Amino acid sequence: MELSADLKREMFWTMLLARRTDERAWALHRQGRIAFHVSAIGHEAAQVGAAFVLKRGHDWVAPYYRDLAMMIALGQTPRDFVLALMGKREEPNSGGRQMPSHWSFRSANVISHSAPVATQSVHAAGIGLAIKLHKTDQVVLTTIGEGSTSQGEWYEAVNWAAIHRLPVIFMVENNQYAISSPKEKQMAVKTVAEKACGLGLPGVQIDGNNLELVYQTFAEAVARARAGEGPSVIETLVYRITPHSSDDDDRSYRSREEVEEHKHRDPLLLTRNQFERQGVLTPKVVDEMEARAKGLIDEAVQYAEAAPYPDVEEGTYPVYAEDIREKEVNRG
Amino acid sequence: MADKTLIEAIRQAMDEEMERDPSVFIVGEDVGKRGGVFRATQGLYEKYGPERVIDSPLAELSIVGVGIGAALYGMHPICEIQFADFIYPAMNQIISEAAKMCYRSNGVWTVPMVIRAPYGGGIGGGLYHSQSVEAFFTHIPGLKVVIPSNPRDARGLLKSAIRDPNPVLFFEPKKGYRLIRGEVPAEETLVPIGPAEISRAGRDLSVFAYGMMHEYCLQAAEKLAREESIDAEVVDLRTLYPVDRETILASVQKTGKALIVHEDNLTGGYGAEIAATIAGDAFTYLDAPIRRLCGPDVPAVPFSHPLQDWFMPSVEKITQAIRDLHAY
Repeated sequence: MELSADLKREMFWTMLLARRTDERAWALHRQGRIAFHVSAIGHEAAQVGAAFVLKRGHDWVAPYYRDLAMMIALGQTPRDFVLALMGKREEPNSGGRQMPSHWSFRSANVISHSAPVATQSVHAAGIGLAIKLHKTDQVVLTTIGEGSTSQGEWYEAVNWAAIHRLPVIFMVENNQYAISSPKEKQMAVKTVAEKACGLGLPGVQIDGNNLELVYQTFAEAVARARAGEGPSVIETLVYRITPHSSDDDDRSYRSREEVEEHKHRDPLLLTRNQFERQGVLTPKVVDEMEARAKGLIDEAVQYAEAAPYPDVEEGTYPVYAEDIREKEVNRG
Repeated sequence: MADKTLIEAIRQAMDEEMERDPSVFIVGEDVGKRGGVFRATQGLYEKYGPERVIDSPLAELSIVGVGIGAALYGMHPICEIQFADFIYPAMNQIISEAAKMCYRSNGVWTVPMVIRAPYGGGIGGGLYHSQSVEAFFTHIPGLKVVIPSNPRDARGLLKSAIRDPNPVLFFEPKKGYRLIRGEVPAEETLVPIGPAEISRAGRDLSVFAYGMMHEYCLQAAEKLAREESIDAEVVDLRTLYPVDRETILASVQKTGKALIVHEDNLTGGYGAEIAATIAGDAFTYLDAPIRRLCGPDVPAVPFSHPLQDWFMPSVEKITQAIRDLHAY
């Protein structure tokens, strides 16, 4: 399947916007203007390629915290993200209740998730079950890091989806580290994809830095899921170029040489080079995209800094559905 | 009106709600052809089919987690945990996820779900088929915790729980499944989640209980009224969280004495919260120390009959506790 030039440019733009937003978050943190950031740098091709296969607002997504590029692909804006970084009331995920990068927005059927890892995998199975009972052609994409596939919850979720042939895509973003622990301390198998074999569903490992390959692999899995042919595990092999979060120091567990080496396989760089070779992108087009991204992010920071914090009273609700104040709910 | 057992009333509630609302479905271990190990879902698989009465893998966290996912999609799952003792693998899903979903998404996502679980001892179930687990959940804002003590309430409260837009823990006193009988109205009757009920009005002291212990308290109070002219008021809490503070306080303001009975062990048990409520807001009405009659602080109910009898509050022990408090 050959992807159109427009689609390629749109995906590249999304990766670029996500990367620059992510980089700005690190800068804001260094400047003391935000308290915390967890980065998706190095994951952009995998996340954007997978997200673009979905029908936004029709399909469902149960993400994890390292999914900034995926969320931007699904419709969150730099403004939404910077509002969340600053804990401002109108951030769409939680009204300032959750830490940043804990996503939730209904317009793209992105369900709210927590910080204990792999809980969202089970919700994806449940959504898949509901889809099957409703006999629609929707699918669920759920993401997770490779370390979190050690959790029993992940196995139970995949097992459910396999038993009932649910339309769930279990995407594993294998960035080779769970904070400091390398993959070898998480599993005896060579790939996460192999775990799928024992549970009775197809599993593949692919190069997560190859945007076109990611898109095509997910497109096939989604097509099978829509046709009632069941779930898949797709492991996208990437590299976490940054520390785990702004509170982590990765110098204590991996060499600078290793990180530098992986920077040569930066998905943004690889995608740009490939698309320039194909004539899909030109330096001029990329420069225009850079300027546009900078403008959006500058505006986002300016807007978010001026935006109000929640009133303390907002911390008291909504504990129960009866307490929801509809006019305040950001259903974005 | 029809005379039913507790379990028949529970089954009736699920049947009626599944008939009313196609988004209601049941998921749990052996709930399908087997009809549940206690027969709570008997006949429902035949009536509603395998898509709405789903035999789950033997894995409790995913019974709840899959329920949460389906609820987010817009369905109304009834998740059955075979014994309350087996609910712990699902704690993360209940506490981290179901309870916090509405708050953490600022109301964008809600989890309309019921988790049913038989609880309680006195049935020869030993450590792992006898536990009372309510205190773990009455600590968690975002959850509702309901325990019926009679067939009328079991049906009416379960129907309310299924219609509630929040996660509701519905703990059923399994010893009473076939022991407790009572009238169930023929017409549809919803019993609201929230209000406690004064099941026996009295002047001398107040007894607070729920589930099987409420049944025992009622028997003890009737016996004492007949034989010793002690007029105990019995309050069936029914909804443990959020609790009906007004009914509790009004009762103590009337009688001046409070006894709390539960079979869960004493320390950190649900009775402590009731005692604190009374001490905090009805202190000047008290004529005696607040008393608690609870299971002992051992890990769980032991199996052997004499040990089990030692553990469990009984009509006799409750009778004596009421007598003692009355004499204070």
